[in-house]
Amino acid sequence: MIELSGIAMSYGQTPVLHGVDLALPKGSVTALIGPSGGGKSTLLRCVNLLGIPQAGSLKVGDIEIVFNARARPRRDEILRVRRRTGMIFQAFNLFPHRSAVRNVMEGLTAVLGWEEERARARAIELLTKVGLEGKAEAYPAALSGGQQQRVAIARALAHSPELLLCDEPTSALDPELAAEVVETLRALAAEGVTMLMATHDLRLAASVAREVVFLDKGRIVESGSPQDIFARPREERTQAFVSTLTDFVSDSMGI
Amino acid sequence: MYWLKIMLDSFWPFVAAGLIFTVPLSLLSFALGLCLGFLTALARLYGGRVLSSVARFYVWVIRGTPLLVQLFLIFYGLPNLGIVLDAFPAALIGFTLNMGAYTSEILRAAISSISPGQWEAAFSIGMSWPQAMRRTILPQAARVATPPLANSFIGLVKDTSLAAAITVPELFQSAQRVAAATYEPLILYSEAALIYLMFSSVLSALQSRLEERLGKHLSPLEARR
Repeated sequence: MIELSGIAMSYGQTPVLHGVDLALPKGSVTALIGPSGGGKSTLLRCVNLLGIPQAGSLKVGDIEIVFNARARPRRDEILRVRRRTGMIFQAFNLFPHRSAVRNVMEGLTAVLGWEEERARARAIELLTKVGLEGKAEAYPAALSGGQQQRVAIARALAHSPELLLCDEPTSALDPELAAEVVETLRALAAEGVTMLMATHDLRLAASVAREVVFLDKGRIVESGSPQDIFARPREERTQAFVSTLTDFVSDSMGI
Repeated sequence: MYWLKIMLDSFWPFVAAGLIFTVPLSLLSFALGLCLGFLTALARLYGGRVLSSVARFYVWVIRGTPLLVQLFLIFYGLPNLGIVLDAFPAALIGFTLNMGAYTSEILRAAISSISPGQWEAAFSIGMSWPQAMRRTILPQAARVATPPLANSFIGLVKDTSLAAAITVPELFQSAQRVAAATYEPLILYSEAALIYLMFSSVLSALQSRLEERLGKHLSPLEARR
């Protein structure tokens, strides 16, 4: 169970999040949708403390951190939270100087101190899971975007995190490659991996997530099942946003 | 064939002076300068107001004054303050300070050139800051920094000839001595120049090998950039 409450954050003078509450039970798959600049990525990064909120609290398992604007959380607390979460990025951010299998092994050997062989076996197992066992020795530059993102997924899962954070995981991919990644994430969701993703990808939000949260101007406007949010949004702001996602295709095709 | 005899007679003594003074002076001051440059770059990038001001001041002074003047200050000037150094250590200090200032700017640029996403990826798998720096950022920055660092290194090898002016008996000083005795400056200085060229050619070759190794992960398109 991961819980955020009253998360508030600003970059300098610009407030980005105003007291956001979010609970992610084990096995839940939650999509954050909303306009750019609405705070989706910022909220995601508060969960693994790549961004440190100025107020609110974060609970990851037995770790609880209460934020205040004057002091950063302790270094060891930050590292403990990060070791219990995994993250994938819009730009993949694979380590370009390491092969696919080395990317996946990196956290195991360098951070958790696993033996080389054990780490390699685990990495191969994960690469197999994302369908890339044949690409273990390839460098990221030799992989397609979809393959790179799947290696990134394997890397994020290597240390068995309690939560997988996905920051726009398909936004840099063409529709076919994005489908590859959506499929991989769908399979993980079916296995019970807890996920929180920020996305503009309807397929991802509607077909992989079981809970959709609409975030605008740093506040949660509305949340519910994908059906509720996409087919029967209650709030006007949600309706306006969702219609831009869905109407465009049907309108322009004359459907 | 008088000039050939002068050349042959002086060749090995010159190479020896190079191997005993020029090469160690270059290698040592480059290695130490690189460490100093790395610390200076870190101070500039992450040191907060005080440390980064100190780093900036150091680079400003060293880059803004002639190397020869710095060497004279250290060797001939410091004794007035009671600090008397032998010629070699004085030269080593001068060249190290110089390398530190120039390489700090190269390293600062190389480290900043690595995308913030690399830091985030490293942090997201639980790395601490030093781990992320050592395992993720530096190996990539090294590739970016290699060509300009090799430039500095080759420049340094040639600049060590300035140590002759503070009595270090390195390659160029040997040439000066023999030229004064034989009145054949054209031949002897050409020969010294050739030996410097030899040394820096070896370095250029090493640079290519190193770049190849650091770039083996790149696609052919990127490697050509």
